[in-house]
Amino acid sequence: MNSNEKISLRKGMTKKGKYTSYLILLILSILYITAFATTPFSVSGSAASPLDTLRRIFIVPITTMDYIVQFPEYIGYMLETIAIAYAGVAVATILAVPVAFLAARNTAKRFSYVGKSILNAIRAIPELIFAIIFVAAVGIGPYAGVLAISINSIGMLGKLYAEVIESIDSSNVDAIKASGGNRIQAMWYGVLPQVLPEFSSYSIYRFEIDVRASTVLGIVGAGGIGAPLILATYQRAWEDVGMILIVVVVFVSIIDFFSGKIRKKLV
Amino acid sequence: MVTRVIEFKNVSLVYPNGHQGLKNINLKINDGEFVVVVGMSGAGKSTLIRSINRMVTPTEGELLIDNENILSYKEKHLRKLRTEVGMIFQNYNLVKRMSVLRNVMAGRLGHTGTLRSMLGLFPQEDLQMAMGNLNRVGIQEKAYVRADQLSGGQQQRVSIARVLTQQPKVILADEPVASLDPPTSHKVMKDLRRVSKEDNLTTLVNLHFIDMAQEYADRIIGLRDGEVVFDGPIDQVSEKTFEEIYGRPIKEDDLLGGDES
Amino acid sequence: MPNLEKNHDSAPTRYPLTPKGFKWYIGSVLLAVLGLYVLSAYQTQAFPDRVIEGLPIMFYFVVEDLWPPNWGYLPRVAMSLLETWNMALFSTTLAAVAALPLSFLAASNINKNPLFYQAIRNAFNLLRTIPEIILAVVFVALVSIGAVSGILALTVFSLGILAKLISETIEAIDPGPLEAVRASGGNVFQVITYGVMPQILPQFASYTLYVLEINVKASVVLGFVGAGGIGIILRQQLNMFNYDNVATIIFMTFLTITIIDLVSNRVRERLE
Ligand SMILES: Nc1ncnc2c1ncn2[C@@H]1O[C@H](COP(=O)(O)OP(=O)(O)OP(=O)(O)O)[C@@H](O)[C@H]1O
Ligand SMILES: [Mg+2]
Repeated sequence: MNSNEKISLRKGMTKKGKYTSYLILLILSILYITAFATTPFSVSGSAASPLDTLRRIFIVPITTMDYIVQFPEYIGYMLETIAIAYAGVAVATILAVPVAFLAARNTAKRFSYVGKSILNAIRAIPELIFAIIFVAAVGIGPYAGVLAISINSIGMLGKLYAEVIESIDSSNVDAIKASGGNRIQAMWYGVLPQVLPEFSSYSIYRFEIDVRASTVLGIVGAGGIGAPLILATYQRAWEDVGMILIVVVVFVSIIDFFSGKIRKKLV
Repeated sequence: MVTRVIEFKNVSLVYPNGHQGLKNINLKINDGEFVVVVGMSGAGKSTLIRSINRMVTPTEGELLIDNENILSYKEKHLRKLRTEVGMIFQNYNLVKRMSVLRNVMAGRLGHTGTLRSMLGLFPQEDLQMAMGNLNRVGIQEKAYVRADQLSGGQQQRVSIARVLTQQPKVILADEPVASLDPPTSHKVMKDLRRVSKEDNLTTLVNLHFIDMAQEYADRIIGLRDGEVVFDGPIDQVSEKTFEEIYGRPIKEDDLLGGDES
Repeated sequence: MPNLEKNHDSAPTRYPLTPKGFKWYIGSVLLAVLGLYVLSAYQTQAFPDRVIEGLPIMFYFVVEDLWPPNWGYLPRVAMSLLETWNMALFSTTLAAVAALPLSFLAASNINKNPLFYQAIRNAFNLLRTIPEIILAVVFVALVSIGAVSGILALTVFSLGILAKLISETIEAIDPGPLEAVRASGGNVFQVITYGVMPQILPQFASYTLYVLEINVKASVVLGFVGAGGIGIILRQQLNMFNYDNVATIIFMTFLTITIIDLVSNRVRERLE
């Protein structure tokens, strides 16, 4: 073996490979340089010390009676938040099904891109923007929040459902048709049992996300715990922010725990 | 001079779940010997072999390599031991997405400083050695190919090259050809025996098929239920020996066949 | 049916298609789901008919009231969107750098200490329960308003998501190469660099891009509490009922996110 030749761990790159990596490096440098140049990193020293603020957020609310008695009020807001998420995801679950069939390659054939584009467009809009639009259109209140959550959830559920539909094993549909079943029977006994557990599982998963998403809605008047949150922020009432944080963490944890259990059972 | 003698003295192993994997093993494996371990599934072949590099730890007795009891080794000595005892696996255990050469260099990690290895700064002579070892098993031209583009037989050769690059005193091979077809199995076993003899490495191989065992071994050790039920040089081994080890008549399944030599 | 004739004397057994216990079970689950829905709909005043009515309103509102946007406001929007993008870029970078080592501690095949492992897992689970808006408020409270608090909030927010995704990937890798490195005397760091990293690198890159997408969307909210980005001018224009400008913001945000999602998805497809 020729030991004069130096061996390196990686082979010398091809020309094309070199250009590609230079190009990637260039794009990344431009992105980061621009970002560094245009982001104001200045931090105006706030009056209060961070330690005191932390104490006001995390310690005071659970140690002072005046604040502890206010928890039920925030729990009420949290329940409204959960109701918005639940009502929203329920509607979305039903409406996402037809959209998903429109987006799945094996059911919509050539037109699947129509459904896919609609779903992509929906997912490119943050729930807050939907909330702003619905508040402007139907007025302040949780009703606007439910609308925002439903349409936003359709974007994700439709996509996930479509993937489930695309992965359907068509052999048992054929089997039902072969034994003389009609289309409806083929759907009911062939397709539904395959997709139902996964559909439900995804809806429950989306519910977890929507509970978090619904906490935001209140800042534009679409109901839920976001409303007292934004108020507390403007008033710099960090103790109230702390209480809201605790309520949200506790409720979201409980919901995550149970929905995780249910989803495990489903699939 | 390094000797590569492995000695089991009353070695027993009880798994945490209470299962007795090895029962009072007494063996002496000599420098440069090519030993094949046979036995039915569950007999304790893997357990025996994996005790030697402490992938499992016997619970009783002494296991000596070069007259040192390796069972008392802790973290640092243990890693040193493992650099001296190379292992070949049934499923090759290569990183599929990594190049062949990088996979071979993974065998050198025990000899390389942590930081150097994390940055991929291996000494040039180590790389030369890796290439040389790839050459010895006949796949030098695949050095920069991704491991998943190789056939099973080629992948197992990469893992032989990896183990050689480790410069061990002892090679352990746990069913190295169980995932390969008969002709390839024979080629790989021939390579393994050749390099092990060339470097005078003490080698222990677990094999399922008795005709393979007979063809390549200097010496055969038979296990049943964690006990050594046979131990002897290859010229003492006959079909009857295997019937004793297996505790039943030899069947078609116990033979690999397809010897292309 | 001749073959039923055999059990003539004993009363013929009925074979229900679904066992009785299961029927009850399904029935009560459905009832619970429905009951919760009625409660929620009542609480939010969003009964199904109103939702069906309500959803199309958006399209009328968009075409009649929002269109055409005020294009003169575009430069201001572009500036804010750049800030939003920068915040997402920085926070994703920071989160990726921090999440990688932490993910190894949150993977059971690397971190073999069950107590430590559980503690890390639970910490991440807890972290993921906090919505980005609340993180933003907390950081605004701590470091005052501005992009820095937004970056910190998004970093913490995405750290939870990223660490979960990566640690799950690590737990699912082929254990063979790890065993091989261990068996040849490699230490934990070498097991990670030569056994784990090459296996997870594509997913790591892919998840990082995915989190970048999430962060761009999440950063829209932050401005409402003063944590920088497009949300600042969005709130401002909303408060002034300046719907022309709001429309510009909405359309441009939509466009930006679409482009980022598109590019990111392309890259992620190639990574797989
Ligand atoms: N980690 C473990 N915990 C408990 N019992 C184990 C463990 N590993 C192996 N055993 C048991 O020890 C016995 C010997 O196992 P070993 O893997 O050594 O057998 P083997 O001869 O290599 O079999 P095979 O040919 O199937 O690989 C078996 O009964 C097995 O079930
Ligand atoms: Mg075995």
